[in-house]
Amino acid sequence: MMGLVLTLTAVALALAAAGAIIRIARGPSLLDRVLAADVLLAILGAALCIDMAVNRHLNNLMLVVAISIIGFIGSVTVARFVADRREQPSEP
Amino acid sequence: MNPEPNTVDAVIDAVSAVFMVVGALMSLAAAIGLLRFPDLMSRMHAATKPQVLGLFLLLASVGLQLRTWWVWPVLLVAWIFQLLTVPVSAHMVGRAGYRTKHLHKELLSKDELEAVVQKAAKAARESEADDGGNRTAR
Repeated sequence: MMGLVLTLTAVALALAAAGAIIRIARGPSLLDRVLAADVLLAILGAALCIDMAVNRHLNNLMLVVAISIIGFIGSVTVARFVADRREQPSEP
Repeated sequence: MNPEPNTVDAVIDAVSAVFMVVGALMSLAAAIGLLRFPDLMSRMHAATKPQVLGLFLLLASVGLQLRTWWVWPVLLVAWIFQLLTVPVSAHMVGRAGYRTKHLHKELLSKDELEAVVQKAAKAARESEADDGGNRTAR
């Protein structure tokens, strides 16, 4: 049963990662790309969790905790600077 | 009487397998939402699914598969920190997206932020004008 679960989740996560990467490449604005990169990070964390659950080890646990603690810094930084840059010229 | 240990094992395996498949489908749903939704705000709605519920399901399946008690506090820490940090980044991205007009106004059913933003912009403009006046007077 675990082999079937692993196949299903691998296919779903691969398709999800492909979709997120397509949105990173196409995304009309910088914020769309940041959001898609966040989703790609969540998909990576999901893959690490599934690896731990199927193979019954805990090698990735600290990596998952670290991702959940500091994963938001990148998008916060980019959102902060994109807000500053686009606001100035539109002000009268 | 207590159920057979093999039965309990099979039930726990089945529950964690369902959690894993549903958690992976959350990621797939987020990617489909990213590709098909029209603007930044609705894409943000889709993006939160694997970050909160998907991570919860997968961490629960890790805890169920390992069958030890001491991993649950660590998994809980990971999930709570995700719950604390995801709203911060979503707030910043949503704020930046609103102020740089990356949204379709006609798709909003209610816009409660517009009046606040207009007022803040007006106040900033007036204080800037006051500063300019003082500087020329001096």
